[in-house]
Amino acid sequence: MSEIKKIATRESYGKALAELGAEFPQLVVLDADLANATKTELFKKVYPERHIDCGIAESNMMGIAAGLAAAGMIPFASTFAMFAAGRAYEQVRNSIAYPRLNVKIGATHAGISVGEDGASHQCLEDFALMRVIPGMVVICPADDIEARQAVRAAIEYNGPVYLRFGRSAVPVINDDNYTFQIGKGHVLRSGKDVTIVANGITVAGALEAAERLAAEGTDAEVINISTIKPLDTELLLASAAKTGKVVTCEEHSIIGGLGSAVAECLSESLPVRMLRIGVRDRFGESGPAAELIHKYQLDGEGIYTQIKDFLK
Amino acid sequence: MQNKELKRTANAVRKDIVTEVHAAKSGHPGGSLSCADLMTYLYFEEMNINPEDPANEDRDRFVLSKGHCAPALYAVMAERGYFPKEELTTLRKVGSRLQGHPSIIYLPGLDMSTGSLGQGVSTAAGMALAAKLSGKTYRVYTLLGDGELEEGEVWEAAMFSAAKKLDNLTVIVDNNGLQIDGRIADVNSPYPIDEKFSAFGFHVITINGHEFDEIRSAFKEARETKGCPTAIIMKTTKGKGVSFMEDKAGWHGTAPNDEQYAIAMKDLEEADHE
Repeated sequence: MSEIKKIATRESYGKALAELGAEFPQLVVLDADLANATKTELFKKVYPERHIDCGIAESNMMGIAAGLAAAGMIPFASTFAMFAAGRAYEQVRNSIAYPRLNVKIGATHAGISVGEDGASHQCLEDFALMRVIPGMVVICPADDIEARQAVRAAIEYNGPVYLRFGRSAVPVINDDNYTFQIGKGHVLRSGKDVTIVANGITVAGALEAAERLAAEGTDAEVINISTIKPLDTELLLASAAKTGKVVTCEEHSIIGGLGSAVAECLSESLPVRMLRIGVRDRFGESGPAAELIHKYQLDGEGIYTQIKDFLK
Repeated sequence: MQNKELKRTANAVRKDIVTEVHAAKSGHPGGSLSCADLMTYLYFEEMNINPEDPANEDRDRFVLSKGHCAPALYAVMAERGYFPKEELTTLRKVGSRLQGHPSIIYLPGLDMSTGSLGQGVSTAAGMALAAKLSGKTYRVYTLLGDGELEEGEVWEAAMFSAAKKLDNLTVIVDNNGLQIDGRIADVNSPYPIDEKFSAFGFHVITINGHEFDEIRSAFKEARETKGCPTAIIMKTTKGKGVSFMEDKAGWHGTAPNDEQYAIAMKDLEEADHE
């Protein structure tokens, strides 16, 4: 496993912006004094005139993005997920989503994998907050390949999009033939006994758990649902009909995020047994990212253990 | 436009405001009446706009940051020919394009959806920045309430606008001195307003917001100011033009009943003959 390439999706985000700057002259990137951390500095190096540092004022930054979009630009507003989805929530709702403006929110440092900074910076509520806003597209890519393609897809889509990127390096699980489409899930491993739906950093762990389950004779299907909204209900229902058991994995509160979205879909159309793996209604804490992911059972071992209990 | 004609138009706007809010049986007449002269000047004199081509990329933009004064904006837009005046009495009703607070997804000709205080000024700054980035010469105007200055986002936007040298942005403050809970000086005073904007890096002009000569010269000065945004602090009277509404916080968000409507319209009819 050690030879697998690992890249943080925030890095992929910054690189994608820099690569796409020439093709999309309307692209403008906003940051809130975190260009080095969000990696929008990679865009700034190539297009300094189109990189606007708004300083430590996230609410205003969302409004600036709305104004730029109203005047025909394609702004990406970047900061940590906590401040994008949390602090500036009402600006995102009222200044961006309600007028249906073409603003992209590039939120980095989501979840407990922020690590040592602790709970104040570990946003575990952003899927829920963004998903409930009418018309908002919510995307959480799993790896470098998907993250880069998601940035392009967001630019080519006309309307508000929330993109969540991580701080920590994650394995590249997709190959170069992979094609990301907004609203389309992707079956990474076919199986018939249980469906594991994951996104973001938990996709690699879900695949590892599936391998361990396979060794014990349980054939798990693993689906990457990188678009939380709109949800690929067709794919989910087909898999649930086949396996009859669905587990969701996310680096987010089990309330309101991917698990809730999947539960909403299945409970209405095809009720099956479900397990929601995520952070169980609590705040995060300080520590190295890998240790926290292990403690909160979001790594391969933790996901495997929880699914084993669920299947008993 | 001559001052006499502007006054007559502003008075028609005031009648429209009172008629709209009366028909809706709710809404915000006080702050709409205090900015009626300014709104008339912007839409009939100052801004480079064309009601026949409301999405023109080069048009000047207006953001009503104090979005609750939508009745004033709708009235002036109807008077200017953006939509039929008959539509004004649909304000706040189901199916109307005239939402309680302005919404661009309902009504063409609006430049931004507003209503949540403090947010409009940021979006106006974003539009001004867009003009700078794209090499366009349009100007952006935004109107704030004085109570709205209590919102922290206003000052984030002010800091940004000065730091980015948005001299194509004019921020107007409708200083009628009243907010829902009483006098702004008593509730959570934003005074001194002029010194605050000045400290944030704005060129500041203080005027009487009911005198067209002063309004005209202020906008001329704003256009000629380079390197920084301009703030026009206009002293106004809340409820201006309707005797029983003037300088009364209680008329911030209350609609007149039939009897009060008749008195208000009589007051405004008389103003036409002054």
